[in-house]
Amino acid sequence: MSGPIHIQPGETFTLNVGPQHPATHGVLRVKMEMDGEYIVKAETVLGYIHRMHELMGENRTYPQVLPNLSRLDYLGALGYTHGHVLVIERAAGIEVPERAEYIRAITVELNRIASHLFWFGAFVMDLGGFTPLMYAIEDREYILDILEAVTGSRLTYCYYRFGGLYNDVDDDFISATRAFIPRMRKQLKKYDALVTGNIIFRKRLDGIGIIPAEMCRKYGATGPVSRGAGIDFDVRKNEPYSVYSEFDFDTPVYHECDSLARYKVRMDEMEQSLRIIEQGLDKLPDGPIMPKKKPKLIKPPKGDYYQAVETARGSFGIRLVSDGSKNAYRFKLRSPTYSNMSLFDEACEGMLIMDALAMMGSLDLVIPEIDR
Amino acid sequence: MSLTIFNALVAVVAAIAFAALNAAYLVWAERRGAGRIQRRPGPNVNGPLGLLQPPADGLKLMAKQLTIPGGADKALFVVAPVLAMVPAIMSFVTIPFSDTIVAHSMNIGVLMLFAFASLGGLAILFAGWGSRNKYGVMASVRAVSQSISYEIPMLITVITIVMITGTMNLKDMVAAQAGGFWNWNFFPSFSSPLMPISFLLFFVCTLAETNRAPFDLGEAESELVAGFHTEYGSMGFGLFFMGEYANIVIGTSLMTILFLGGWNCPFGLYPGVWWFLIKVYLLIFSFIWIRWTFPRTTIYGLLNLSWKILIPISLFNLLLTAGLLKVF
Repeated sequence: MSGPIHIQPGETFTLNVGPQHPATHGVLRVKMEMDGEYIVKAETVLGYIHRMHELMGENRTYPQVLPNLSRLDYLGALGYTHGHVLVIERAAGIEVPERAEYIRAITVELNRIASHLFWFGAFVMDLGGFTPLMYAIEDREYILDILEAVTGSRLTYCYYRFGGLYNDVDDDFISATRAFIPRMRKQLKKYDALVTGNIIFRKRLDGIGIIPAEMCRKYGATGPVSRGAGIDFDVRKNEPYSVYSEFDFDTPVYHECDSLARYKVRMDEMEQSLRIIEQGLDKLPDGPIMPKKKPKLIKPPKGDYYQAVETARGSFGIRLVSDGSKNAYRFKLRSPTYSNMSLFDEACEGMLIMDALAMMGSLDLVIPEIDR
Repeated sequence: MSLTIFNALVAVVAAIAFAALNAAYLVWAERRGAGRIQRRPGPNVNGPLGLLQPPADGLKLMAKQLTIPGGADKALFVVAPVLAMVPAIMSFVTIPFSDTIVAHSMNIGVLMLFAFASLGGLAILFAGWGSRNKYGVMASVRAVSQSISYEIPMLITVITIVMITGTMNLKDMVAAQAGGFWNWNFFPSFSSPLMPISFLLFFVCTLAETNRAPFDLGEAESELVAGFHTEYGSMGFGLFFMGEYANIVIGTSLMTILFLGGWNCPFGLYPGVWWFLIKVYLLIFSFIWIRWTFPRTTIYGLLNLSWKILIPISLFNLLLTAGLLKVF
């Protein structure tokens, strides 16, 4: 430990990226074996904020676990609670009123746009452009305000209940959401002009950070990562849940497999989410938001249940094994970011560190969701 | 004799004051500019328009302890920030702000400026290497390869200008561009039809030389934490920061002198120091504008740009100008 470091030609050195590093957006640590600027080998080290959400799911009653689910992913929390209520409703056989289903779809899509917006800003910041983050946060603020008015919180929502919702939406929500749609469309055009067409931006992403479809299948990557690799899979389309089969929307798929493809998938997804919200508002039926008959204590019958939902980051699955008591026997979460991140080790081998970190940004990692 | 010493002292003090004031208030301008671009106020609490923010920042930095990381090369670690600031201040000595305001007019002014500018790269190398930090070493290696590859097209462009004006004295260079804006080197003449391209080239090189975005690879915060000054706190960091802004002022001053007619008015009216300052601050504003608009390039993109595009263009321009000067 004395004197400056000596790096001989051909000799590698270990670089610890994280757990406190600006590029990892959280407490993720990547041990990189470096040869100059090139990564020889990378090893992601997890577990810095493991909070045992799965174990908590087994030790608490079903309603008590509900708030835990929104602590998985602080950027797209509604999608995760949606998965939870869906699996419990399927297990316990609770009927959900149609109005509640529509409001769920609208709020989940709003949340997805908010999550993608924040990712967009953070991703461009990873590439060294700071200004788009501020623009994206300003737009995201509108969504957070809309959601705060109905859900009561800004990030860690606990809005859905087994069988329905915590409270109904009001006219303010509907008019604010209607006003938001054209505004967001305009903003997306602006982002396209400001960022997507930028030559430096394109040069840093085009053809760089290749994640082929085989690798996605090998590691179980889903969501925009696999759709950027040409895999046409979206849980909302392929295994429709809630009322998604009633909406007319497309699944953006790009076949380039590079960072730019993943970027384009997310930008197109925002537009598709806007379409879903628009249709949801048009079709929104009147009626109750909670079922008339609902068991006081939720005790799903003995069995093995699984429900997947499409969150902002990919396919999120909950496997619930019930032994008929008020607690789950097994509560297994399949979080999309965990699989998406697992392929980083293999994909970044031989890359330059700055390209590898740009690729990491394009994976849209939310660390609390990996560690759970 | 005593009078010359007195004159030199005044010049040095004036140069230091100008450099320090500019460095401090360019930080303020940069933050306000960034605020405007990003639709937020920027610093606006300390004093009117946040004008007392730079002194507050300076006081804070001075009050901090300078920590030297264990295992660091002490001599290099301490020398590096000084080496970043001193050449920047020294460069102000040769810059003619107007016909009369110049600390020391030298016949090799251009050479001296570039000699001092190269020392900046050395400071970054010392800082990264001396602080015994892997990010620092990587950043300094990047910064040095960057400054080497961008000094070449920059110097070739300057040689072109020297051939046209026939002098290396900065003052005479400006004098050669007197009159209206059509006399400026920026605009093409018979002997140098590619001058606007040369200016653009020089502009890009200055951005790269001063480690400004989109070429700020030496302090790429998303991959190298804070680059070469990762381990620096207190006034060590402050000096790097001020040195960076002083270098920007020098780079833009050089651009003004070489291409934009220095203190000359575009219409030949009232030449004076104000024209010089207006041009310099407009150029600095464009630097700020670019920084908050563009993402960062990659290191190979940066080197490719220099070796494959800028150097061939500048060499072609040099040959063309030499040939045309021979003809006309």
